[in-house]
Amino acid sequence: MLNRRQLLILCGAWAAAGFPLNGLVGSAKAGPRDAKKRLAELTGGAEQKKGRISITLPKVTDQGRFVPIRISVDSPMSEDDYVKAIHVVAERNPTPEIASFHLSPANGKAQVSTRIRLLKTQVVVVAAEMSDGSVYLGKGRSKITGGTGGCG
Amino acid sequence: MMNRQVHVKVPRTAKRGEVIRVMTKLNHPMESGWRRRQNGAIVAKDLIGEFACQFDGAEVFKAEFDSGTAGNPFLSFFVRVNRSGRFHFIWSGQNGERYYKAADIEVS
Repeated sequence: MLNRRQLLILCGAWAAAGFPLNGLVGSAKAGPRDAKKRLAELTGGAEQKKGRISITLPKVTDQGRFVPIRISVDSPMSEDDYVKAIHVVAERNPTPEIASFHLSPANGKAQVSTRIRLLKTQVVVVAAEMSDGSVYLGKGRSKITGGTGGCG
Repeated sequence: MMNRQVHVKVPRTAKRGEVIRVMTKLNHPMESGWRRRQNGAIVAKDLIGEFACQFDGAEVFKAEFDSGTAGNPFLSFFVRVNRSGRFHFIWSGQNGERYYKAADIEVS
């Protein structure tokens, strides 16, 4: 157990260190540049076009640990035109990677839903790799309010 | 292979060529490696790295999870079914653990 004096000393040390709240949650911070780099790695550096992807994210949520996301890609999903892979990265999490999905014409519909972690208000970037090698890019934003966000 | 941790939702019947929705969830903490204990030690990464869905032996869907995936990874995706068969769902963890579940579908 702490007595009063020890507690005060601890508080003083914490204040002297500049209230390091952020230090509690991940040390290495990733930025939009890391997310971009990671996406380029995942897609093999192909040229990225805009469009064809729609992302559904809650506008505001206080539960950064469980943010539901739905990604759908406009594609006929036929034998010669389908979505090969969907990559998801976050711009301001300690590490950008979220998940990758590999699809095939057997899916019939290019739509995937899952739940992701977002430590703070940020942009989620989605890249869809098509069967012809082209890559499309889409973005979604979610505002995280309250507490330490998705520290879990 | 603790099957009580695995939840899978697949319709029992479908019409030929129908696109069905498959929902899966695995109860697992998915420790991201971002969290610290009170003494500053980082909580070790413990992730389910891969999920695969097979229909009659052929892979139809695969997912790779990383730190950004929430705990108890939930997934919903679509599959076109042309014949009756059995779905196999396999989760593989980083530490070599595997979770498995099967579901049958009857196509008329």
